Amino acid sequence: MSVNQQAHTGPPYGQPQPGYQGYQQPAYGGQSLPGVPQSQYGAYNGPMPGYQQPVPPQGSLRAPPTSGAPPPASGASHPSGHLAYSPFEHGDVQNGIPASAAPMQRPPASQPFLPGSAPTPVSQISTFQQYGPPPASVQQLRNHMAGMTIGSTAASAPPPAGLGYGVGPSSYPPTTGAPRPPAMPGPPLTGQTVAGPPSSQPNHVSSPPPPSSMAGLHPGTPMSGLHGPPPPTHPPQPGYQMQQNGSFGQMRGPQPNYGGAYPGAPNYGSPPGPPPPPKRLDPDSIPSPIQVIEDDRNNRGSEPFVTGVRGQVPPLVTTNFLVKDQGNASPRYIRCTSYNIPCTSDMAKQSQVPLAAVIKPLATLPPEETLPYLVDHGESGPVRCNRCKAYMCPFMQFIEGGRRFQCCFCSCVTEVPPHYFQHLDHTGKRVDFYDRPELSLGSYEFLATVDYCKNNKFPSPPAFIFMIDVSYNAVKSGLVRLICEELKSLLDYLPREGNMEESAIRVGFVTYNKVLHFYNVKSSLAQPQMMVVSDVADMFVPLLDGFLVNVNESRTVIASLLDQIPEMFADTRETETVFAPVIQAGLEALKAAECAGKLFIFHTSLPIAEAPGKLKNRDDRKLINTDKEKTLFQPQTSFYNNLAKDCVAQGCCVDLFLFPNQYLDVATLGVVPYQTGGSIYKYAYFQLETDQYRFLNDLRRDVQKEVGFDAVMRVRTSTGIRATDFFGAFYMSNTTDVEMAGLDCDKTITVEFKHDDKLSEDSGALLQCALLYTSCAGQRRLRIHNLSLNCCTQLADLYRNCETDTLINYLAKYAYRGVLNSPVKTVRDALINQCAQILACYRKNCASPSSAGQLILPECMKLLPVYLNCVLKSDVLQPGPEVTTDDRAYIRQLVTSMDVAETNVFFYPRLLPLTKADVDSDSLPAAIRNSEERLSKGDIYLLENGLNVFVWVGVSVQQGLIQNLFGVSSFSQISNALSTLPVLENPFSKKVRSIVDMIQGQRSRYMKLIIVKQEDKLEMLFKHFLVEDKSLSGGASYVDFLCHMHKEIRQLLS
Amino acid sequence: MATYLEFIQQNEERDGVRFSWNVWPSSRLEATRMVVPLACLLTPLKERLDLPPVQYEPVLCSRPTCKAVLNPLCQVDYRAKLWACNFCFQRNQFPPAYAGISEVNQPAELMPQFSTIEYIVQRGPQTPLIFLYVVDTCLEEEDLQALKESLQMSLSLLPPDALVGLITFGRMVQVHELSCEGISKSYVFRGTKDLAAKQIQDMLGLSRPAVPMQQGRPLQTPEQPVISSRFLQPVHKIDMNLTDLLGELQRDPWPVTQGKRPLRSTGVALSIAVGLLEGTFPNTGARIMLFTGGPPTQGPGMVVGDELKTPIRSWHDIEKDNARFMKKATKHYETLANRSAANGHCIDIYACALDQTGLLEMKCCANLTGGHMVMGDSFNTSLFKQTFQRVFSKGYNGEFRMAFGANLDVKTSRELKIAGAIGPCISLNAKGPCVSENELGIGGTSQWKICSLDPSTTLAIYFEVVNQHNAPIPQGGRGAVQFVTQYQHSSTQRRIRVTTIARNWADAQTQLQHIEAAFDQEAAAVLMARLGVYRAESEEGPDVLRWLDRQLIRLCQKFGQYNKDDPNSFRLSESFSLYPQFIFHLRRSPFLQVFNNSPDESSYYRHHFARQDLTQSLIMIQPILYAYSFHGPPEPVLLDSSSILPDRILLMDTFFQIVIYLGETIAQWQKAGYQDMPEYENFKHLLQAPLDDAQEILQTRFPMPRYIHTEHGGSQARFLLSKVNPSQTHNNLYAWGQESGAPILTDDVSLQVFMDHLKKLAVSSAS
Repeated sequence: MSVNQQAHTGPPYGQPQPGYQGYQQPAYGGQSLPGVPQSQYGAYNGPMPGYQQPVPPQGSLRAPPTSGAPPPASGASHPSGHLAYSPFEHGDVQNGIPASAAPMQRPPASQPFLPGSAPTPVSQISTFQQYGPPPASVQQLRNHMAGMTIGSTAASAPPPAGLGYGVGPSSYPPTTGAPRPPAMPGPPLTGQTVAGPPSSQPNHVSSPPPPSSMAGLHPGTPMSGLHGPPPPTHPPQPGYQMQQNGSFGQMRGPQPNYGGAYPGAPNYGSPPGPPPPPKRLDPDSIPSPIQVIEDDRNNRGSEPFVTGVRGQVPPLVTTNFLVKDQGNASPRYIRCTSYNIPCTSDMAKQSQVPLAAVIKPLATLPPEETLPYLVDHGESGPVRCNRCKAYMCPFMQFIEGGRRFQCCFCSCVTEVPPHYFQHLDHTGKRVDFYDRPELSLGSYEFLATVDYCKNNKFPSPPAFIFMIDVSYNAVKSGLVRLICEELKSLLDYLPREGNMEESAIRVGFVTYNKVLHFYNVKSSLAQPQMMVVSDVADMFVPLLDGFLVNVNESRTVIASLLDQIPEMFADTRETETVFAPVIQAGLEALKAAECAGKLFIFHTSLPIAEAPGKLKNRDDRKLINTDKEKTLFQPQTSFYNNLAKDCVAQGCCVDLFLFPNQYLDVATLGVVPYQTGGSIYKYAYFQLETDQYRFLNDLRRDVQKEVGFDAVMRVRTSTGIRATDFFGAFYMSNTTDVEMAGLDCDKTITVEFKHDDKLSEDSGALLQCALLYTSCAGQRRLRIHNLSLNCCTQLADLYRNCETDTLINYLAKYAYRGVLNSPVKTVRDALINQCAQILACYRKNCASPSSAGQLILPECMKLLPVYLNCVLKSDVLQPGPEVTTDDRAYIRQLVTSMDVAETNVFFYPRLLPLTKADVDSDSLPAAIRNSEERLSKGDIYLLENGLNVFVWVGVSVQQGLIQNLFGVSSFSQISNALSTLPVLENPFSKKVRSIVDMIQGQRSRYMKLIIVKQEDKLEMLFKHFLVEDKSLSGGASYVDFLCHMHKEIRQLLS
Repeated sequence: MATYLEFIQQNEERDGVRFSWNVWPSSRLEATRMVVPLACLLTPLKERLDLPPVQYEPVLCSRPTCKAVLNPLCQVDYRAKLWACNFCFQRNQFPPAYAGISEVNQPAELMPQFSTIEYIVQRGPQTPLIFLYVVDTCLEEEDLQALKESLQMSLSLLPPDALVGLITFGRMVQVHELSCEGISKSYVFRGTKDLAAKQIQDMLGLSRPAVPMQQGRPLQTPEQPVISSRFLQPVHKIDMNLTDLLGELQRDPWPVTQGKRPLRSTGVALSIAVGLLEGTFPNTGARIMLFTGGPPTQGPGMVVGDELKTPIRSWHDIEKDNARFMKKATKHYETLANRSAANGHCIDIYACALDQTGLLEMKCCANLTGGHMVMGDSFNTSLFKQTFQRVFSKGYNGEFRMAFGANLDVKTSRELKIAGAIGPCISLNAKGPCVSENELGIGGTSQWKICSLDPSTTLAIYFEVVNQHNAPIPQGGRGAVQFVTQYQHSSTQRRIRVTTIARNWADAQTQLQHIEAAFDQEAAAVLMARLGVYRAESEEGPDVLRWLDRQLIRLCQKFGQYNKDDPNSFRLSESFSLYPQFIFHLRRSPFLQVFNNSPDESSYYRHHFARQDLTQSLIMIQPILYAYSFHGPPEPVLLDSSSILPDRILLMDTFFQIVIYLGETIAQWQKAGYQDMPEYENFKHLLQAPLDDAQEILQTRFPMPRYIHTEHGGSQARFLLSKVNPSQTHNNLYAWGQESGAPILTDDVSLQVFMDHLKKLAVSSAS
């Protein structure tokens, strides 16, 4: 969508430009018509006239409203095409509406949209106009939503001064791009005609500039507007959704118009000064993640995603869909930032769109989908290309009657080994095509031969070693007892391969404080034996036989041990701990046992005891926002890097559970877990009552989840591109192989590609990700994922096949790595700059010509600004005062191995109005946008971001609901110390709990449940996650940021 | 001379002292001309059935540099209640308790028959005895089993309140905590890393926190035992636990690949044992008992690498300076031994293996601390089992025959100074007026520490006469020596034994015959042998032999009667007659000859030689040979090849071995089974007799000797053949084919040849 703004340009966000108001005009719907607040408009209006020009038609359709119009102006404005979009409008309106409006109104339901409504409330005003309706529509048709435009507009135009407008404020532009709205769905857009605009870009939203405006205007109008409106107009319309999308964008249609109108633009710049009261860009008119997600869900959730076609963009990660593997890897395994790759590096550079794949090689599949088949090629091992060593895959071309095959990656011709020979049918396909997974599927596994094993020996089954901190804090908090109790039952659930009777994994136990205690739990012993190693300076494993045992054989000894550990240390007074020696001990144990494995370390404090890897407290918040800030993310010593390297070499993966009561230097402690492919879990101020459930759930999941060891991953690509950079939790000893001591089903690796030659449109680009690993039963396997992508010579194709969520995943990881080496500010600026370039490139090359003031976003990337803003505001890049150094380091590492779904919800949390939940169905209530404005005092909301779940209770929630949910009679009695919701027998409670459970089930970690009462202290914390709002730490609100982006883009374009 | 023999014997029985000279030459010059130094063999704790200890403190001379103990040689003024120290002539007041003293009411220490007296003193806290077992687990299954059983058995032999501890080692070293219930707990150390005592204590959690507790809190004496008791517990408390723990001991689990020795961290294990005791029980009686089944192969103190293809060092390697690890290892163990000795703890080494175990390097541990050294082929032999059991044997009064932490203080009258001591002791570096500048053995001090001793532990103490020739001692003057031994009795009492002896001075020029007559050739032989062996530790073998020969020649020149250059005229008086023969056998003994002995064996033999009393030492120098035949009752015979006759059974006792050798005829009879025929019952008895006698020796000897039963032509007969004087060899034709003995296949000279040469050299005017 593009937002058209006019002038805004100049003015940076903040400034409110008076002009803005002007904007309204057009509002689409015209609805606004009514008298609404003209005032605001007023200004605008003036200008409007100019705008309008063209379009008239539809835009106005209904709404003409545009508020602007109100009085006089408005009228005028409408016409303009501008789509109105008036920004302001708060409300809900989305521009999109307009379209709808036009048609039918859109259903209110969802959003605010209201536009249509406009009428009502006055407030809205203006706004939307659709400008561009016309054109837009067209497009829409074509692409669905492709882009939107927000016409911001107006403002500028405005008479008054163009200036005014220019100035920041005005611009709001909200989005609106109405045009397209109609698009698909239902509403045909009537009005719109084609505008012809180029297909490529779809919508533009013209965005009015200055965000700031919000403040000003809104107030009045705000929300209410929204609500109100709906009524009439929109009935629920199907189309709606679409619209939304469309909404923003004003279509391009406008543009044309704009142009004319625009003239004003210039003004922009000037006015900076903008004193004027800001007006605000209507939040409803700017691209809404919620809407996008809903649309995708509705459009693509119903049919299976069949992977047979090259370069198909999969549904969003938020959509539930089934995948049918017909030759390409499921998006659950690989997602790309773009499914259409520029043929040349020049193009790629020009667009600045990063080419990256987010790979989750061992991803868990829903039960309805089949796991990759295991292929055994016997002693000779998998069939591979002679030159590039790519594995046999569906894209290999058999020639000469099947006697040879040509590599799809490097084109080298290789003899088919005799045992693998098969005749070809008349289409050139092997006759056994459907019998062989490696010829017909995108993902499959090979059984590795001994050549693929370390030291040419088949691996032994891996081992799990539990290493428990038994220092004073751990004992006192009850943690030690808790862990021991849990392990007793948990050990029966070690990962098993397929249908094996019992797990092949052996287990070992270590406890430690300043010294380490190993336990001999050999089955022949009557009692476990404890072996204390106090020589932590030079760690070694004191026993061989009896340390790693089979759970079933040593069951009684283990049980006895776990019973005794809490007793033995019950009156310990040791407060100091070591850390590096603990890892070394595990490493040595695995070395001695000659197997790979995983260490589960439960640790409570900064390791200050005299030992290698001893750390000092170097937490210094004063470093924030200085050039030295990066040191907070760097390990204090290189010791752990070396240790990690050794661990990787042995296949020793480290999972770290932290229970800090104070700073413990996650940045340093996390090095080994991070580089070995392990996970870190952190439970600050761990308290048995509130946190045990969460911890135990995490532990259970962590122990049980599918995991591979001693893994090496290599990504091969078609000639022309090359994997150049890797992000995630792993270690690389060379530039191509990603090594992970352990890799579980949640770990994700983001790989960036660069051109080193040209690609051809005909053959497209192929990726083959090969993961060599040892399964939990000790079987050496190769998992292969193949993915074919299209290549394009037109930038528009690139933009049309992008995946914003994936892009954000990449950008976040890229930025999070950047903070290790550059000041955070630099990283942030680079991020903004790159996105601005991406969007500017689109605007320049793909969007139909339109006024410079119009913000035009590609349909596939219309959420880029909002998501990017979330990344920029995240704790790592812009910490609030309550965020500790450890938290930042923790999150930094966490995000680095997240997959797309996790980053998506992490950066843009899911906010569900619980009170709207339908008690009788098992669906979730529709999500709403993350802004305080959307919360109503009378409702209860749930917000989750993958780490935390908040239940926010408004002050005036009905008592009945409170009673039903919390079992207390009044708001004031709700305890925010609750870590779970009370189990109450009533439909509402059940529903809410089932929602919470469902959400917990979707995340790889058990989220901490926090009850937040409105106007309570904790609310601050909660508000931090309302990412569309301005954050306390200085993060911009969505609207402000959008304006800023627009400004950046315009600068790039000019 | 009978009187002198009696005198000597009497003195030995009463005081445990034997002097080389029982009349002392009165000037330095004369003394040096005596060749054999004035010295004595002192058995500080000689068992005295008739010596009831007294229950009070000794009275000391008040002169700070003297502090001699009141003794029968002191002049006492009963009226003034004064006594004069016979060493420094200081006049001292009797303490108040002695107020009632008079000529007729004398305290025991003034009575002449109490020249040796033992005091029991109440001083300091009594700490129980401590036994710390340091056990090698790199053993064959059978060996380990046998060792475990021996150890378990030993628990019942310990005094019930004794503290025991257990350290096991193999590739790692484990210090077992004995106090805990349920789970058995041990501290494990890497076997390759040497740790300072401080580190060890820290790692074992023995070091007390820097600021242990507020001053205000009552002194927590209990705290101390609590800490240390984690590793050292009273036997009666953890008897069962420890028995189980020992029972569960497994062989070192670390795999040993073919062609390798197991990795054995003896050095570190000992270091930890020493560090543990050092930190917890300094200056109390403790025994570290090391049981090892092979050489240390890693870490500090390693003696050989783990590659089986590199054999452990031999004398040949050592001479070629080809023993890579020897110096370092020796240094390691020396350091440990010194530390241990400084704290009064002793280290026993029980090494049982077919190959060497590194005793050469480890010897100082036992040598400096008074610990035992036992060498056997396997723990599963009665040699080890009984020897070990005998460590805990009890004396006539039901007390353990072991004492700890002894401090031997020697005081001399002015004409004498102390040159040094040789024995299982270390110097305490007590300089004083009676310390000579010339050192013999461990010198430069008048006090030594003997960390562990038993009733037979014997030190050689060497003196120097310093009286100048021109300051004659009045006729009848006597020189005196006082030995004050403070020690911890096995009952944990502190005791002090004081022995004061006096000998007459004589002017060697005018009264040489007195001096000559008072020569104790047995003591002299042993004392010279100790010097020789002591030198052999640091000097080349041939040098020592040459020195020994030279001394012998000089002695013969001095005391022989002969005409110059007429060997045939050479005669020695009776008091010297056996001396050359002792030296002859000494020269052939394994103490000075390394040929045919491994370095370990040499160390082992020398160890025992340096601590046994005179009788045993003489046996070691010149083994005893008894003959059994139908010709008469069993009789001692010459240790000579001529004693090996076909119709005799020989019993040889070399101290280390008991050999029963059946002569050719006897062996044939036995094979023919005559002993089973009633009519030849006497033959049966004949066969049985030496066995019974051997058994008697075996009963008392520590360590248990190797028992060898062989016969003419048997391979084991070599033990006998190598010891006897080779008077008949394949070389001397005159004996060949005669029925007078068995020829020995050797090129060694026989005693006869040796004596001939000696005479020749003694009488030669050239020298």
